[in-house]
Amino acid sequence: MLHLKPETIAKIDALVPRYPVIRSAALPLCHLVQEDQGYLSQEAMEWIAERLELEPINIIELVTFYPMLRTEPPGKYQVRVCRTLPCALAGAYKTCARFEEEFNCKVGHTSEDGLVTLEYVECHADCGRAPVVMIGEDEYTDIDPEKASELAGKIKSATL
Amino acid sequence: MPIKEQRLILKYVDEPGYTNDIDCFIRHGGYEALKKAVTMKPEEICAEVMDSGVRGRGGAGFPAGMKWKFLDRKSGKPIYLICNADESEPGTFKDRQIIHKDPHQLIEGMMCAAYGIQAKLAFIYIRGEFFEGYRILERAIEEARAKNFLGENILGSGYSCDIIVHRGAGAYICGEETGLIESLEGNRANPRIKPPYFPAALGLYQCPTIVNNVETLCDVKHVLTMGGKEFAKIGTPGNTGTRIWGVSGHVQKPGYYEFPCSALTLGELIYDVCGGLKPGRRLKAIIPGGSSSKILRADERFKGKLKSGEEFDWGIEDIPMDFDSLMAVGSMSGSGGVIVMDDTTDMVEALANLNYFYAHESCGQCTPCREGVPWMRKVTARMVAGKAREEDADLLKSIADQIAGRTICAFGEAAAWPVQSFISKFKDEFVEKAREQASRQKAGQEAAMETTLI
Repeated sequence: MLHLKPETIAKIDALVPRYPVIRSAALPLCHLVQEDQGYLSQEAMEWIAERLELEPINIIELVTFYPMLRTEPPGKYQVRVCRTLPCALAGAYKTCARFEEEFNCKVGHTSEDGLVTLEYVECHADCGRAPVVMIGEDEYTDIDPEKASELAGKIKSATL
Repeated sequence: MPIKEQRLILKYVDEPGYTNDIDCFIRHGGYEALKKAVTMKPEEICAEVMDSGVRGRGGAGFPAGMKWKFLDRKSGKPIYLICNADESEPGTFKDRQIIHKDPHQLIEGMMCAAYGIQAKLAFIYIRGEFFEGYRILERAIEEARAKNFLGENILGSGYSCDIIVHRGAGAYICGEETGLIESLEGNRANPRIKPPYFPAALGLYQCPTIVNNVETLCDVKHVLTMGGKEFAKIGTPGNTGTRIWGVSGHVQKPGYYEFPCSALTLGELIYDVCGGLKPGRRLKAIIPGGSSSKILRADERFKGKLKSGEEFDWGIEDIPMDFDSLMAVGSMSGSGGVIVMDDTTDMVEALANLNYFYAHESCGQCTPCREGVPWMRKVTARMVAGKAREEDADLLKSIADQIAGRTICAFGEAAAWPVQSFISKFKDEFVEKAREQASRQKAGQEAAMETTLI
């Protein structure tokens, strides 16, 4: 059984009837359930499908298409470094290399202690303040290697 | 001498004390355009937008009034309005400013547009990574609802329309309007073929739908405030209104700057507005309208004829910043994202970076794109990894040429144009890459150099 928080259920129940066609709620529900659970398990995808009167494949095909949807639990902190050209020109690859050292974790992986998932992402639309890093839902801009170390320090000491 | 910005859309946003709540917006004259709009006939609003000549700010630059005119009003099906807030063209960061700092301007523009096209329901499709922008819009919509600027019987007009904010989930292709519609319907964002699926006839739920960019919809508010003909006086004929240029890359002061169309040249933007390049650096190339637009080489001469018949002979710094001039030099103003590269930039690496992006973002629907774009990524990745071949430039061009024009949506061109233009402008560097690596290898050194862009 999938156990969703009552507030998640309330959000879902308020949202679904707003759409003229129920299937339109599929992506929003993926977001809501992922925010609740941390990721989308097989069970979660089946639950969403049933809630929207769809087949599980209709949800699985979304989860495998949209990069923000995850089928595995991420680390406690999700660190996403933009690598697209404007950020790269501003040194994003060096920023990411510093995060790799700090967390002892290769980009694209979760650290062994489960603290951090470090990922490259594509353009976050804040290229005037590159390099751009997102940690969870928060954005950090102009992140050079030194600032990356500061952020990493705060993550490691749980003070971010 | 720095050139002063002339802001219309971003007029208030960076003023001290300007906040993104409804009271502040109303104190600055907000929602007056909507009050005026609901006293007008919907077709009068469409006529004003047509008169304004405003062209879409999302990338293609298609006249908004014309787009609205294509709307199938006879089908009897409900009409939908969608705001494309999936801002994801690399180098572009203007919609973010509006959403975060002045969300009510967007909502007002949307409600004016919705009334004009008599939309039954409106959506804002916002990219998933804008977590804060989503919360800001949700709050702003509730504020606007409380004051009856949206919802039932708006301002006593008898017209009702609501806005749903719909979050994307990290896919660039959702910025393509038919891909966006598929996504909004709860599907993978595989774009639809046009014809027949022009959104104005067969859009969301196969109903007539207008999809406009955030900045375009904000322009609608100003068109109604000042009147279409007055709006058209900003800029030049065919290039009306202001544009928000987002400058990134190797300039001293990257950021967003708003000017009337044609008010300044590319050189003025880079040197006078953005403070020029870093000390000791020389300009090498500029991508003028988001990563898909064709690259311009700093030492090129651009010669030809404008639409008006006027002949031009420009250096890169002389190009006026507007739709038609950038198109005349073989590129485009696109989404207004200007990416500047100085002489420290390795063009093979820069292209490898962009190829990685497009390979990641291809939806996989059309074979030339699904197979060709990752192939181009592999070639440029191999080149920077130390295994460049002299014939790679020709190979890349050949792949790109076989993608462009052979796909359902314009992503095929978006992915091919960087490759085609990098090769046509910087072929020497691609060939040299192979020669350099060969000679380093001969000397017993590592073929690949350390990379910074990939």
